[in-house]
Amino acid sequence: MSMKLDRAARGLLMAELVSGMALTLRTFFKPKATLNYPFEKNPISPRFKGEHALRRYPNGEERCIACKLCEAVCPAQAITIEAEPRDDGSRRTTRYDIDMTKCIFCGLCEEACPVDAIVEGPNFEFATETREELMYNKAKLLANGDRWEPELAKRLELDAPYR
Amino acid sequence: MIANIFFDIASAILLASAVMVISSRNPVHSVLFLILAFINAAVLFLMAGAEFLAMVLVIVYVGAVAVLFMFVVMMLDVDFVALREGVQRYAPVGLAVGVVLFGELAFVAVNWTIAPGATLLVLSPTPADVTNTVALGSLLYTKYIFLFQMSGAILLVSMIGAIVLTLRDRNRGKRQDVSAQHARVPADTMRMVNAKLGEGAKLPEPTEEAL
Amino acid sequence: MMAFFDTDIGFVILTLLKSLALIVPLLIGVAYLTYAERKVMGAIQLRKGPNVVGPFGLAQPFADALKMMFKETIIPAGSDRILFMMAPMITFGLAVVAWAVIPVNDHWAIANINVGILYLLAISSLGVYGIIIAGWASNSKYAFLGALRSAAQMVSYEVSMGFVIVTVLICVGSLNLNDIVMAQRHVWFAIPLFPMFVIFFISGLAETNRAPFDLAEGETEIVAGFFVEYSAMSFALFFLGEYANMILISATTTILFLGGWLSPIPLAPFTWVPGVVWFLLKLFACLFTFIWVRATFPRYRYDQLMALGWKVFLPLSLGYLVLVAGVLEVFGWLPNA
Repeated sequence: MSMKLDRAARGLLMAELVSGMALTLRTFFKPKATLNYPFEKNPISPRFKGEHALRRYPNGEERCIACKLCEAVCPAQAITIEAEPRDDGSRRTTRYDIDMTKCIFCGLCEEACPVDAIVEGPNFEFATETREELMYNKAKLLANGDRWEPELAKRLELDAPYR
Repeated sequence: MIANIFFDIASAILLASAVMVISSRNPVHSVLFLILAFINAAVLFLMAGAEFLAMVLVIVYVGAVAVLFMFVVMMLDVDFVALREGVQRYAPVGLAVGVVLFGELAFVAVNWTIAPGATLLVLSPTPADVTNTVALGSLLYTKYIFLFQMSGAILLVSMIGAIVLTLRDRNRGKRQDVSAQHARVPADTMRMVNAKLGEGAKLPEPTEEAL
Repeated sequence: MMAFFDTDIGFVILTLLKSLALIVPLLIGVAYLTYAERKVMGAIQLRKGPNVVGPFGLAQPFADALKMMFKETIIPAGSDRILFMMAPMITFGLAVVAWAVIPVNDHWAIANINVGILYLLAISSLGVYGIIIAGWASNSKYAFLGALRSAAQMVSYEVSMGFVIVTVLICVGSLNLNDIVMAQRHVWFAIPLFPMFVIFFISGLAETNRAPFDLAEGETEIVAGFFVEYSAMSFALFFLGEYANMILISATTTILFLGGWLSPIPLAPFTWVPGVVWFLLKLFACLFTFIWVRATFPRYRYDQLMALGWKVFLPLSLGYLVLVAGVLEVFGWLPNA
């Protein structure tokens, strides 16, 4: 009986509603969890799979040997490679394209690469205004590699013990 | 002077929209013109100093009655070809009804006599310290109390009649009972059992209510 | 100069000036209410809300307005063009027109008319047309469903709101908004008529189609309700109309229950503050509660909404009306008796 009375009184005084409002009022004054994005960024893991890059050796020679393992493993078939021997007889790519609109950022290409040439870097801000700009060619990928090399090397080094 | 201009404008719109109510093709437009006519009538009431009547006209007719009209009319699927199909056949009957109605109205108008004291009533000004609402109320609740209460009773009866006619309490399966839901506590519906290995818990027989 | 304002033309010009003095702050208030809503909702949801455009994001409303202005107005095929364009104007216009009778301080109203509260009721009952016309003229199923929902909702809640207003009126004995506020010199009506105050506020939420009664918009079921088909400025007008209506309902609540421009305690330090400030403070408190409620409660189901309106609020307000009338009669407290 007293139980029922209690419930009736609670219902009449809208206890549930008031306690709900009290909860939201408390969170109103709590410190905010917002990350002020373009000005602040989250730390990212060394394993973060972002924009692709083609790396070079310290002497400036490109690492890729046109083994086409990445092309073969790519589940989205985003990679297209054409290769022929260079003047000095070494096997090099003449064309290395990644269609970033197809890429699913699975990271299998960098797993497959025997010489750590193709890697996915920490950059995730590469939105473009046209679709065409997302069809990356070899020059773009090498430029990415040059631009991000310090981060890429650090990243590989940090992740090496777990490979 | 400004009052005169406003009167002319309002009455012109009132008449024009009244004409549009019957002449516009689309019934929704008709209802909207009817609403415009109501609002202009309210404006005329206001200018005549009957502010209470003006507001009540808007609240009751525009705010409630016309909304119901709109509801019904909006649902109509008007086929204009089908509408115009029988015009030739029904025109004579419609015309005849119109003529009879017009004749009756003319008869009334010709025989209209103005009450001898009416002009005097118009001349006597409304007392300044009594507002419209008070004046109407004191009349309604004293002199016309019987008629007022009767009309209320008739409305009540008609409302009950409408509900009785349309209410069919079909057995539509389970219905929500909010207070019953609120009154449920975990103890009513849940039981913690220590299930022994290999035996499990024995379920109680389901009650009639649960089925 | 004053003699000029006593002539006919002068009176018209004076009224226009008064209207301008009211509408400009009102529009700025509406713009900043959208900003306040985003900020308050953000804070409650542990976010920051807009903070990029201008200091603390204060220029956000103007950025939004610019965006809306430069968008394309789309008129759907098969729609009733004239009515389609008229509907947002009606909604917004009515939300502004109702302010003519709101007194923000003693006798500070554009029109201090004898039937002020009836005028408010009449204007708010017209508000349903903007929505119905929008829903019908859009020639879209979603818009039509949303319009039907919100029309039924507004009509239902107007009834209990009417009874609440009548309860206040029998305590005041006048339909004039100025008199209603002055009758609260000793005690705000929110205290003796507390249940009515709550009912009025909740009905106000339903009347303005605000959460938790915003199922006319029902983003998850009927996309955006009656204004799915609207874009650019016509959409902005609907949006502004909704917020202007929120401010209007808050102002009405302030006048009917929270003592309008009167200070909470009729003592020296409080009475020095101008009445407008008190009025605005109470208005802001109401608006904050509007947003607070939106951030707290989930949306009602339609049958529950109707059940609440007709089976709970209507009998409750009618019963309380009879009770108040009885108490006033028995103790001889009836005004003008």
